[in-house]
Amino acid sequence: MVVRVQEATFDLGAEVQAFAEGQTQAGAVVNFTGIVRNTPDGDLDRMEIEHYPGMTENALAGIEAEAVSRWNLLDSLIIHRYGTLRPGDMIMMVATASPHRVDAFEAAQFLMDYLKSRAPFWKKEFTTDGAEWVDAKAEDEDALSKW
Amino acid sequence: MIDVLYFAWVRERIGLPKEQVETSAVTVADLVAELVQREDRYAAAFEDVSALRVAVDQELCEFDTPLAGAREVAFFPPMTGG
Repeated sequence: MVVRVQEATFDLGAEVQAFAEGQTQAGAVVNFTGIVRNTPDGDLDRMEIEHYPGMTENALAGIEAEAVSRWNLLDSLIIHRYGTLRPGDMIMMVATASPHRVDAFEAAQFLMDYLKSRAPFWKKEFTTDGAEWVDAKAEDEDALSKW
Repeated sequence: MIDVLYFAWVRERIGLPKEQVETSAVTVADLVAELVQREDRYAAAFEDVSALRVAVDQELCEFDTPLAGAREVAFFPPMTGG
């Protein structure tokens, strides 16, 4: 179980490859990757992501521990970036390894749902109209109720 | 003394990321009441606490959480990770 919070980008292929290799008991590896989405008008210049060093790592490790208690997880990886990101940049990834795919899929979705609204990150979007903090979405909070 | 941290637009409204506060506040809500009395920028940041989240010693908690023994309190808007 690994959590990494970093400013630098990551090599998605290399990360997933390294994660999957050596999982001799796993029958399934699931990866989700989050990308900086442009606005419908295509006027997003950049996104700045702020986080709470210390609490971020603890919160992510806690969410990961919860996933381990609920599903048959052999391993997991969470990478989440902060700092300045441009449209198309990778923001974060999660990977899960399990003997069976249902556990790997569900645990990956659980990790995503929880880190959306329980890990201390905040996004600010800079467009040609100015800068605005991204509001939390009610649907992201609602997503937690299914778990 | 307690470290008080602010993130995102709370940080911007108050104008600093972190400060040390001498306080006898019993709960988070008491601390907010003390800060609001200081200056308008604090009143602006804490205008609607239902729009805010709070962590005591890096654990999410509620505004009625006691501060006894706490070293660090952080105020921020709802989180937008992922």
